[in-house]
Amino acid sequence: MATTRIGRLFALGLTLALMFGCASNKPEEADTGDSSATPGGETPTSDRRSVEPAQLPEVVKPPVPETRGTVLWVPGSDSDSQTDLVQLPGRFYFDFDQAIVKRAGHPELSQHAQYLAQNRSKTLRLEGHADERGTREYNLALGERRANAVKAYLSAQGAVGRQIEVISYGEEKPAGAGHDEASWAQNRRVDLVYR
Amino acid sequence: MKLTKYLILILVCNASFAELRIEVTKGVDNAVPIAIVPFEWRDRGVLPEDPSRVVTSDLLQSGRFDTLPTEQMLSLPHSKSEVYFRDWRMLNVEYLVIGHLKLSGDQILLHFELYNVFKQAVEVTQEIVGGVHELRDMAHHVSDVVFEKLTGIEGAFSTQILYVTVNGTGEERRFNLNVADADGRRPEALVSSPEPILSASWAPDGKRIAYVSFEKDDRPAIYIRDVDTGSKEQITNFPGLNGAPAWSPDGSNMAMVLSRDGNPEIYIMDLKTRSLRRITRHYAIDTEPSWRADGEALVFTSNRGGQPQIYQITLSNLQLERLTFEGDYNARARVLPDGENMIMVHRRNGVFHIALLDLERGRLKVLTETSLDESPSIAPNGSMLIYATLHRGQGILAAVSVDGGVKFRLPSSEGDVREPDWSPRKRRIFKPNM
Repeated sequence: MATTRIGRLFALGLTLALMFGCASNKPEEADTGDSSATPGGETPTSDRRSVEPAQLPEVVKPPVPETRGTVLWVPGSDSDSQTDLVQLPGRFYFDFDQAIVKRAGHPELSQHAQYLAQNRSKTLRLEGHADERGTREYNLALGERRANAVKAYLSAQGAVGRQIEVISYGEEKPAGAGHDEASWAQNRRVDLVYR
Repeated sequence: MKLTKYLILILVCNASFAELRIEVTKGVDNAVPIAIVPFEWRDRGVLPEDPSRVVTSDLLQSGRFDTLPTEQMLSLPHSKSEVYFRDWRMLNVEYLVIGHLKLSGDQILLHFELYNVFKQAVEVTQEIVGGVHELRDMAHHVSDVVFEKLTGIEGAFSTQILYVTVNGTGEERRFNLNVADADGRRPEALVSSPEPILSASWAPDGKRIAYVSFEKDDRPAIYIRDVDTGSKEQITNFPGLNGAPAWSPDGSNMAMVLSRDGNPEIYIMDLKTRSLRRITRHYAIDTEPSWRADGEALVFTSNRGGQPQIYQITLSNLQLERLTFEGDYNARARVLPDGENMIMVHRRNGVFHIALLDLERGRLKVLTETSLDESPSIAPNGSMLIYATLHRGQGILAAVSVDGGVKFRLPSSEGDVREPDWSPRKRRIFKPNM
């Protein structure tokens, strides 16, 4: 019985991992040509890019595993076993001047909530961000709203408040350095960082 | 003894890092033709800096004057007896500035005169005394006097600008809070951190600054720093947002944004007692408070109507009034010293500009044609405003006169420059001898 449940969850996790590999959580309107910077997956951390997308060299750098904000999880178990891990995306995207968690991100966020529910000792830091458009202090507030929206979702799904810390960086720590919609879409985000 | 004086004069070093340089992009059509004759140095040695050149660049960069190049001058007078008005009339020069400098004890005395060429009359004669290291300050004083005499507007050449620079990316990123002269010269880093620094503003006394920094525990807090002594004090440490510090006109209170009650709200802190008064109470974002000059009301940004707009709240009764109705994004407003106009960030056709709103008539005027414009700050004379914009992919500062007639930018050789705040006072005030 329990085995079946774990098996089923694992299958779901695998499916999610596959979907995730297909960049299901890609920000809307992101420039598809900039595939090296596909957010969310096993891709280079955009923070480390020093050049604007337009100036990216032809040869794509070897992918650096995205460690920030992702979690390796054995579904249905609280063990830290290194086998049968599912990687959940740690980055969720938002529309301009909006702080609504997109429906597309709900399944993955629910899994994060489940992970937190099963691992009460784990704590999570939600880092809210905004794109560079608009004013800085407004964007700080907007980033906080986004992080709070994710917190509310996780709490409703079983995580407890003391596990979650919220901080906003506004537009001060962009993931994409460009000044175009592709970068802006990457920057309107909440990063989930496990401690 | 004489040798020492000589050495003092040549040993003044010019430390410079990534200075901002003014490039005038739009001047007034009827710029006043003026000639600033190189000032005479009447003692031994060479001055480290020629104040008359500083005056020339100040007036030229103001966009309101057309300065005559030295090569075109027919004579180089240093005193009234050497001035032949006919020469200057031939060159179509309307005003003439002459002067000389000499030692006065350990200090330097600067004597200057402003002439009206057509009237053949002296408009100003002044003598000021300052240190060897203050030659630029003395020159800016001359510029201020000439500018005010001829335009009726108080000069802002002696003021300073506070701004944030960001260099490098990722782990290498460095945020610096800097202060420089209004012409971008003599930059100095006050604070440096790998974590964000923002929302810096001068206290009304021009001696302290407030800013938000993430330097401690990677969380935002508001700090106050004494510019001269460098002493620093953290004044907030609340969970959530600690941001948008705004000094009251008398410097005794500070409006700020805190989300300690779960939501970004505006509070006023009494800086002496540190007690807080909550001003707004709404589930929407309330942020970016700014005081009206009379100190009786705040203007602030709120998205309580669905989009960011500017509201005003009267402090005595907390009565609220919406001020902006045009456009779907109006934010970070600053009411001008006249109390009748307000500048703010305004989005038009998807592009962010700086706009001026006439509060009496409700008339809105977009002042800039650059993009991603933000953080407008008004000069103490109320006639120019400086703001941050994007130029060729780089964050730079730019300025525009409130009437839109003069525009210039201050590009930097490296990094992004943002969030300028114009100092309320002059860096150095000279008392003229006559």
